[in-house]
Amino acid sequence: MSDDKPIIETRGLQKHYDLGAETVRALRGVDLRIHRNEYVAIMGPSGSGKSTFMNLIGCLDTPTAGEYVLNGQPVAGMRDDDLARIRNREIGFVFQTFNLLPRSTALENVELPLVYAGTGKAERRRRAADALKSVELGDRMDHRPSQLSGGQRQRVAIARALVTNPSIILADEPTGNLDSRTSEEIMALFARLHEEGQTIIMVTHEPDIAAHAERVVTLRDGVISSDVRQAPAPVAAREVRDPVGAEA
Amino acid sequence: MNFWEGVRLALNTIRTNKLRAFFTVLGTVVGVTFLIAVITLIEGMNAYVEKEFKGAIYGVNTVVVRRFPAVNMEADGEQWREFVRRPRLTIDDAEWLSERMETPGLVSLSAETDGAVQGPRGQQLENVQITGANAEYFEARELEMQAGRTFSRQESDKGVPVVVIGSGIAEALWDNRNPVGQELRIRGLPFRVVGVLKERGSLMGFSMDNVVVAPLRAGGMNGWVNRQRNAVGSLTYKVPEAELIRPAMDELETLMRVRRGLKPSEGNNFSVETAEDSLAFWDKIRTILLLALPMLVGISLIVGAIVIMNIMLVSVAERTREIGVRKSLGARRKDILMQFLIESSALSAAGAFLGIGAGVLLAKGVQAATPMPATVAPWSIALAIFLGVGVGLAAGVYPAWRASRLDPIVALRSE
Repeated sequence: MSDDKPIIETRGLQKHYDLGAETVRALRGVDLRIHRNEYVAIMGPSGSGKSTFMNLIGCLDTPTAGEYVLNGQPVAGMRDDDLARIRNREIGFVFQTFNLLPRSTALENVELPLVYAGTGKAERRRRAADALKSVELGDRMDHRPSQLSGGQRQRVAIARALVTNPSIILADEPTGNLDSRTSEEIMALFARLHEEGQTIIMVTHEPDIAAHAERVVTLRDGVISSDVRQAPAPVAAREVRDPVGAEA
Repeated sequence: MNFWEGVRLALNTIRTNKLRAFFTVLGTVVGVTFLIAVITLIEGMNAYVEKEFKGAIYGVNTVVVRRFPAVNMEADGEQWREFVRRPRLTIDDAEWLSERMETPGLVSLSAETDGAVQGPRGQQLENVQITGANAEYFEARELEMQAGRTFSRQESDKGVPVVVIGSGIAEALWDNRNPVGQELRIRGLPFRVVGVLKERGSLMGFSMDNVVVAPLRAGGMNGWVNRQRNAVGSLTYKVPEAELIRPAMDELETLMRVRRGLKPSEGNNFSVETAEDSLAFWDKIRTILLLALPMLVGISLIVGAIVIMNIMLVSVAERTREIGVRKSLGARRKDILMQFLIESSALSAAGAFLGIGAGVLLAKGVQAATPMPATVAPWSIALAIFLGVGVGLAAGVYPAWRASRLDPIVALRSE
C-alpha cells in the first residue's frame, strides 16, 4: 500500500511561539512519515500541539526549526505566496465549521480553489460539478450553504477539497459540528475516498472517529507519544446515497 | 484570479448589499453629481454663447464700431469717465466710412431703446425693444422675414415712417391677421408696418421677437432712440467671409482715427471689436468656474474616499474568515489585494455612474426651470468615471493591504 517515498516527511519539526516574556514550545521535534494512500488520525488532548502540527502540515504556517517535505518539496523555508501555491495544489482542507462562503452556491464554493489555480471557466465548472457528483450532491449545485444540511455542507467542503486532486486531504475535526448519524455518513465518505486511493490526515479528539483511520498518531506535549496501526472500524451506517432527511 | 473574476466577485458583493453599497458611495455620488451638473451647465452656457449669443447679438462675420466696448468687466470709474467723454458715432461717420472702406462689406447702423408702442385700436404694448436702423441692418444681422419686406434704402435715407415688427408684436397686436399695411404708433406717431420678422425665440429668457425696427432717420426716431440727433449706437461692418474680419478691423480703426483726427500718441476714442472680443469675458468666467470646480468636487470626493475606506475596513473585518478560507484554498496576497481593490473601485465607479445620471438630471432640471442651457460634455463623463475609479482605488489601498496581510490561521479562527 505504501511506496518508498513518503508523501509527508517531517524531521525534528519545532514550533515556538514568542509571547513576550516566555516562549511557548508547541512542537518540540516531531518526526513523522506518511505514505501515499494512508489514512491517519492525529489525536491528542488540547495543548498537545496537534493544531499547531496541523497548521504546519497544511502549510498555513512555517516551522521554527526542522524540516517538512511535502510530495518531494521542502516547504519549511517557503515564502507566503509559495505556501499559497502549495496549499492550492497539494492540500485539500476540510474544516470543522465547513468554512463555505455563505453567499456563493455549492458549485461556486467548489470552484474556488480552481479560480486561484487559474483554471479556465468551462473546465472549472465541469470539474467542480464532477466533484459535487462524487459526493452525491449533483442535485444541490445551485444551493447556497444556508439551504443545505450540516452533512451536505461538509460534503460540499469535501468536494472543494477534492477538486484540485491534492496530494493529501487534511481534515480538522471534520465531524465536530455534526450529529453522530451524519458523522457516520461523513466517515463512510472518507472510507470510500481512502479506498479510491486518497491520502487522508484527520485531526480529531474523538476516539470513535479516530477508530475509522488505519493509523493513529497521538501527540502529547509537543512530541509524538504513540504511533499505532490498527484495523479501521467498520462504518456503522451506510453512506447515505439519498441525502433527503439526513439533517444535522 | 484574473481581473474579470475580481469584477464579477465585486459586483456580486455589491448586489448582495445594495443599500450599504449606496451609502458607502454617497460621497462619490454627490461629488460626481456636482461635477457633472456644473460642467454641463457651464458647457451649455458656452455652446449657447458660441452658437446663439454671438449670432443673435452681433451677427456672423461682423466687426462692430462703438463709442466704448459693449462689455466692460474691468472698467473702473476713471475708465468710465473717459468713456462718456468720447464723441458719439454719427450717421455721417458711417457714410464717410462706407465711402472709403476697401474691404468688401456692408455698413449697418442701429440704435436701441426700450419703450411702448400702440396698436391700431390703441392697445398699449410696454417694454418693446425699439430699434432705429438703416436698410442694411437686416442683412447684416441675417434677419429673415415671415411676411412682407424690410424697408428699402430710400425709405431709410428719407426717414419714411415704416416699421418692421417682430413676430411677438404681430401676435400681440394683430393675433392671426396679417399686420402688413396696418398702422403702429411709436411715441404717438404713426408707422406703417411693411414686414414681420421670423420668430427667433428667446435668449437668456428674453424674447427676441418683441422688437420693432424703423428707419433711424424717421421722425420720432431720430434724436430719441439714439438720444442725440443723427447719432448711432453701433456701426456693424459685415464682411462676406471670416478671413476678412481682421482686415476690416484694421481698416476701420485706421479710417476712424483719420476721421477723428487722432495723433499717433493719442489712444482710440472709439472701440472696434468682434463678437469674440466682447465675449472674451465669458471665456474668463468659464475658466474661473472650471478651475474653482475641482476644489468643490475634490472636497466631496475626499470625504467620499474616507467613507469608502472605513466601510472597506469594516468589510475586511467582517470577512476575515472568508479571507482565511480563500487563503487556505490557495489565494495569494495579491489575489486578496486585488479582490478588495477591485471591489472598492467597482463600488466607487458604480457611485460615479449614479452621480453622472443624477448630475445630468440636475442640469436638465435647471435647464427646464431657468433660462440656463445645459449641454452634456463627453469629456466630463470620462472625467467622472476616471475620478470614481480613482477614489475607489485610493480608498481601497489600505483596507486591501490589511486584508492581504492577514495570517490565514488567525483569519480562519475568527468569528
